[in-house]
Amino acid sequence: MYAKLRLYIVVILLLGFGIGLTLYKHFALGFPLSPDDKKSVWTIEARIDFVARGDPVIVSFALPPETPDVVFMEEDFASSDYGFSELTSPSGRRAQWSKRVASGLQTAYYRLSMYETGQIAHPAMAADLPSEPEKPEFDEVLKTAATTLLDQVRSKSANTEIFTRELITTLNSKAPSQNLSLLINDQSSEDYKTHLIINLLALEGISARIVRGLYLEDGRRRQSLTNFVEVYIGNEWLLFNQNSGKSGKPKKFLVWQRGDQSLLDVVGGKNSQISFSIIRNVHSTRDLVVRDSMNKQAGIIDFSIYSLPIEQQNAFKMILLLPIGALIVVIMRLLIGLRTSGTFMPILIALALIQTTLLTGIIIFLTVVGTGLLIRSYLSRLNLLFVARISAVIIVVIAIMASISILSNKLGLDQAMTVTFFPMIILAWTIERMSVLWEEDGPREVFIQGGGSLLTAVIAYLFMTNRTIEYLTFNFPELMLVNLSLILILGQYTGYRLSELYRFHALERRNVAGKR
Amino acid sequence: MLLASAKKLRSFGIIGMNQRNFGLISRYNPRHLYPLVDDKLKTKLLAQEAGITVPKLLGTVQYQHDVKSLKEILHPYSQFVIKPVKGSGGKGILVITEHDHNLYFKPSGDAMQLADIERHVSNILSGLHSLGGKPDTVMIESLIQLDPVFSDYSYEGIPDIRIIVLRGYPIMSMLRLTTHASDGKANLHQGAVGVGIDIGTGRALHAVQYGESVTHHPDTRKTFSELTVPHWDKLLQLAAACYEMTGLGYLGADLVLDRDQGPMIIELNARPGLAIQVANRTGLAPRVAVIEAIKTIDPDPQSRAAFSKRQFAFDADIRPPRLLRTRSDDR
Repeated sequence: MYAKLRLYIVVILLLGFGIGLTLYKHFALGFPLSPDDKKSVWTIEARIDFVARGDPVIVSFALPPETPDVVFMEEDFASSDYGFSELTSPSGRRAQWSKRVASGLQTAYYRLSMYETGQIAHPAMAADLPSEPEKPEFDEVLKTAATTLLDQVRSKSANTEIFTRELITTLNSKAPSQNLSLLINDQSSEDYKTHLIINLLALEGISARIVRGLYLEDGRRRQSLTNFVEVYIGNEWLLFNQNSGKSGKPKKFLVWQRGDQSLLDVVGGKNSQISFSIIRNVHSTRDLVVRDSMNKQAGIIDFSIYSLPIEQQNAFKMILLLPIGALIVVIMRLLIGLRTSGTFMPILIALALIQTTLLTGIIIFLTVVGTGLLIRSYLSRLNLLFVARISAVIIVVIAIMASISILSNKLGLDQAMTVTFFPMIILAWTIERMSVLWEEDGPREVFIQGGGSLLTAVIAYLFMTNRTIEYLTFNFPELMLVNLSLILILGQYTGYRLSELYRFHALERRNVAGKR
Repeated sequence: MLLASAKKLRSFGIIGMNQRNFGLISRYNPRHLYPLVDDKLKTKLLAQEAGITVPKLLGTVQYQHDVKSLKEILHPYSQFVIKPVKGSGGKGILVITEHDHNLYFKPSGDAMQLADIERHVSNILSGLHSLGGKPDTVMIESLIQLDPVFSDYSYEGIPDIRIIVLRGYPIMSMLRLTTHASDGKANLHQGAVGVGIDIGTGRALHAVQYGESVTHHPDTRKTFSELTVPHWDKLLQLAAACYEMTGLGYLGADLVLDRDQGPMIIELNARPGLAIQVANRTGLAPRVAVIEAIKTIDPDPQSRAAFSKRQFAFDADIRPPRLLRTRSDDR
């Protein structure tokens, strides 16, 4: 009883640890559970042009903030002969290019590769609290118009969110009232509109700020930033589209700058211009996550197979598949009751099949073993000592393999040359064991055990070459613990094997007939 | 139906391989005792110490260079059996029934040269038939003489009686008859006939070959209904005594009847197979449950044999309920 309890505790611990680690990697680090998971990587290039006047030049450019919902893979800054520094201030990061003397047309580039993680952005942090909105100064006429408008909107709304939305839709209405026309006036630019909304909200005592961002669309050039209004409602900032009044951050949208600071400052230059171009690339999510985690030095990734050189990683790709093969063998022997020649010989054959592909592999295996058995039956007449005989069989196997390779090469069958992937010693042992089996128990037993081994090997092969299984075993090695616990549980199975249901089927008939 | 339902088999008390390995072998047979039965020379010595009759040991060969002396060892005997000391499942056993000058004859009449025998011996020494291919020793035993009782029931070989002994109590038995198909060997999977024997009387109950019921011997055409194993009490007692001899709680004792010397033990097995259930058309589990329910084991093999005779007799009034749980179930 005690031993069983202990086993179950171990199994539960292993299961919990294996599955827990897998879920952690999936949810916290973003490892996808499927090998086909892809992500868009956006490469954004900001190009700054200005004409320098021959004086010292300082260009200051706002950089996008790194939030939890985006991962910045790479940032590049380029400009000829400019000194460069990146400054961090409470209001955000800024890039600063500087030069003692410059004249004529100047260009600076900033390039960013990033992808969205799909995680929901966390609510604004404590440091991001709004200051008390300053009462804007309107002249009398405008103030009256504003108050009227606000009264009108207020009467139609129940809370701040609805109020904001209502205000924006009213401002954007196709047929503006007189009051509205006065406020909006004709030369209304996007910036003017944004500030108008913020000012109107301030008049109402609501904190708001300007947010500039970029819509991510593939192949776009000469894009500019889009203005949004962010309103502080109930302890968090909420983004509003200033043209439609829709709230929330749109998809495929990168927030570039928050607050009223300038996007670009050029000292010692004029006619400054900024334009963005965007290109999309598709990458496997897993590659992106591994790279990101390695950069962040996440302990769980830093001390994992990914930290090994590529060659060793490839070796482990194979090695980590072995437990799957072992599980198949356990199932085949304990649950199905298939007899195999040699307990784990089928796994080694399956490994060879992975290299040779299924059909070629089976044909080669049968050819080598069949020829080997023929030659072995001759060797048994030579009256050899056992160790010498098995060594002779090894040499025979190598000779057969070499002939298969050469012959197939001459015939132009490239596939058959993969014969070298079969483990020679194992083949030699298989031949030796089969031949003894043949002599003692007859060909029937040879076919049963040989067929059993091959069937197990093929099933193990099918599982081990499954893309998803291959992907999961390599990227989630902790699933090996789940596998281990399965094997531990199977080790406790005392029920009938499938083959025994056949073996004892005669008994059932008797007992049915014998019951009076 | 090609497959039996697991539920029915369980209700008949059939024990499967997994349950045997888990609930019987690993439970009752401590690993360190295995060498006592895996090494047939040790078993023989143990049996002789315990006063149990065994086939006479004619000689042993331990090293390759001793193979040359084989001729002298074999010279005085016209009949003998060559066995690997650590062989399993009857592998590597060579029976010679006639010796004429340089020719040795197998029961089938096939002749062998001395060189053939030497090769066989050298194969055994290199571990061809031993578990895990370990180097082995060869033993040469006197040939058992077929008891006339079985002369109608066996073909070119000596039948043996397998008795399963649990905690010292014989619980099931079968007679294994050699056939032409089994090449004179008493191995069921090679085609020997297994005859379930009533523990109470030694009478034949039911016979199978290749897992299917048969009513008469395939070669001699003799029906099994009149077959009764003589010296039955003695055989049961010998089997029961193997418990004290080896300490193994679950063992299969292979016994033979020699025409001149009567019952003797030829081999013990720490991992006896399950075919005996097919031959008896009965599951082991209810009998295991009866023995597991016994609190203290009777120290006297004879009274244990007597207990089994009463308890497991085919027509006895006291029959164990079929659904008795075995102890391995409630672990």
